[in-house]
Amino acid sequence: MPERGEERGEDQQEGYRPFWSGTITFGLVSVPVDLLPANRPRRVSLRMLAPDGTPLKREYWSKGGKEAVETENTVHAYELDDGRFVEVTDEELEELAPRKTREIDLRLFVDQEELDPVFFERAYFLAPSKGANKPYRLLVSAMESTGKAGIATFVMREREYLVAIIAENGLLRAETMRFADEIRSPDDAELPKPKKVDKKEVRRFAKALEGLFEDELDPDELEDRRSRGIEKLVRSKLSAGKDVVKAPADEDRPAEGALGTEDRLVIDLMEELKRRMKGAAAEEKEPARAEGPRKPARAASKKSRSKGRSEAEPKGPDDDLESRSKQELYDMAQELDIDGRSKMTKKELIRAIEKAG
Amino acid sequence: MASTIWKGVIRIGEESVPVKLRSAVTDRAVRFRILDEPDGAPVEQRMVNPRTGKAVAYDQIRRGIETETGEIVMLDDKELTELEPKESRDIEIIRVVPKEAIDHRWYLRPYWLAPDGDSPEYFALAKALEEDEREAVARWTMRKKEYQGALHPRDGYLMLITLRHASEVVSAAELEGPTGRELDPRERKMAAQLVEALSGEFEPEQYEDEYRKRVEELIEAKASGKRIRLEPKRERKAPADLTAALEKSLAAARKERSVA
Repeated sequence: MPERGEERGEDQQEGYRPFWSGTITFGLVSVPVDLLPANRPRRVSLRMLAPDGTPLKREYWSKGGKEAVETENTVHAYELDDGRFVEVTDEELEELAPRKTREIDLRLFVDQEELDPVFFERAYFLAPSKGANKPYRLLVSAMESTGKAGIATFVMREREYLVAIIAENGLLRAETMRFADEIRSPDDAELPKPKKVDKKEVRRFAKALEGLFEDELDPDELEDRRSRGIEKLVRSKLSAGKDVVKAPADEDRPAEGALGTEDRLVIDLMEELKRRMKGAAAEEKEPARAEGPRKPARAASKKSRSKGRSEAEPKGPDDDLESRSKQELYDMAQELDIDGRSKMTKKELIRAIEKAG
Repeated sequence: MASTIWKGVIRIGEESVPVKLRSAVTDRAVRFRILDEPDGAPVEQRMVNPRTGKAVAYDQIRRGIETETGEIVMLDDKELTELEPKESRDIEIIRVVPKEAIDHRWYLRPYWLAPDGDSPEYFALAKALEEDEREAVARWTMRKKEYQGALHPRDGYLMLITLRHASEVVSAAELEGPTGRELDPRERKMAAQLVEALSGEFEPEQYEDEYRKRVEELIEAKASGKRIRLEPKRERKAPADLTAALEKSLAAARKERSVA
């Protein structure tokens, strides 16, 4: 509901923050980029409620305990086959992230058609960071003119990804891919040996398929019917005032799956991407200066929603840390190497980030 | 190993092909459990009512949706059951499109389909799709949930790749890349040459999840009481002189090529 979104100044500020900021390198050319999601979450997600309608909180309790265990008193552990546990701290895990954490090093380019879609896991758009518009466009141009996609590995959120970088419409897209050892072959799946087929049979199927043929995919046929059904039910219950309770005002409670968020997210993601592309282009128009401070190239900085939230600047005092989600705060804490972050509450994370910034 | 997840029947008009669904991916993620440090036992997850601080038993938990206006609409089991799709074994083919019509961004997770019983139709259908370079859009209900997927011919077999919903895929057509001054033709040419010089075959087996491997090594080392060495991190900037960087890279890439 875009028209309603306009009134929701506060929520509009949520915006889209990059998942990851780093550098694409090809040869000695570096292109600093921000990674933004190209997929959105599902329209509607149901929440778990108490019988009185209060949204429930997920907590960890000790075995047979009567209250939540303090996060300071918990530890991650891997269970060995013999039932013993090996304890591993978050700090140890982060130290294992290889040094190419901030780099997507394109050492290999392949024909784009050669990429097998079975490998693709998730898509992201790449936007040029400050000062990177020209090398970004140069890379896009080189990839588009050669029909090549770049292949690399990189680390994001404590996991290593194999990624294909694809240029399309002047934009770079990253597709995270499964590793080869995660894909099962027909043999692994124990499929039987292919049988000889009768040409007549093939033709019969070809004919049956022909009746359903269209040149293009119609997104309307892939609509989220369950979400629509739930939305319809919710709206009718709302207008009848049946089973409606007031949501408690609790800042720590994420407003996930709220009705209507989907449209707002679409617009924000689109605007965010467009704004970034424009901002990057504007930067190139400025007279080239070898030294001295650069003006932030933010085309839409006058808009209320862009209070610098969407810039990939985890450092420095931030006036609206409060409005960030816990995950965002955790990511910032990770950037800042704050010890013990995994066990912090939202408030503790904010305090620690303010101190570190 | 290769366990069948579900059995269904592909339906294309009058035609039917019975199949068994098997995962085409193996989950290799290292999963951790959370331990309560004092007694070293795994913690238990509870759903807690923040108003009372008490855990709510699973059979007492209700479902609901939060609205934009700060209200919660509660849904009861009966209403949710009514919204569930009808149980069926049918994998209904609703559309057939050219192979490249389904953008990668729709794909979620691939499954192999195995013929259920002696099914010459299975291979005929795979062949029909393969020959015409087509993919079919299918819809089915599995364990009370509706799925949509691409029926995809591959190596003579059929694969079913689950697809995202329309609202989850951002249209790339509406987006344009950044603009700027015309690129220097010489730099463009060199960049394209560099891409060509770095081109090769994609061999997926060459890549390993190094991070996962290190985590596995860490666990192994800790299990036997060893220590792990750490590496520093570094950052990079966009080069000030693009032409020079391109020239150097190109020379380096070519040298590497000629040696190889």
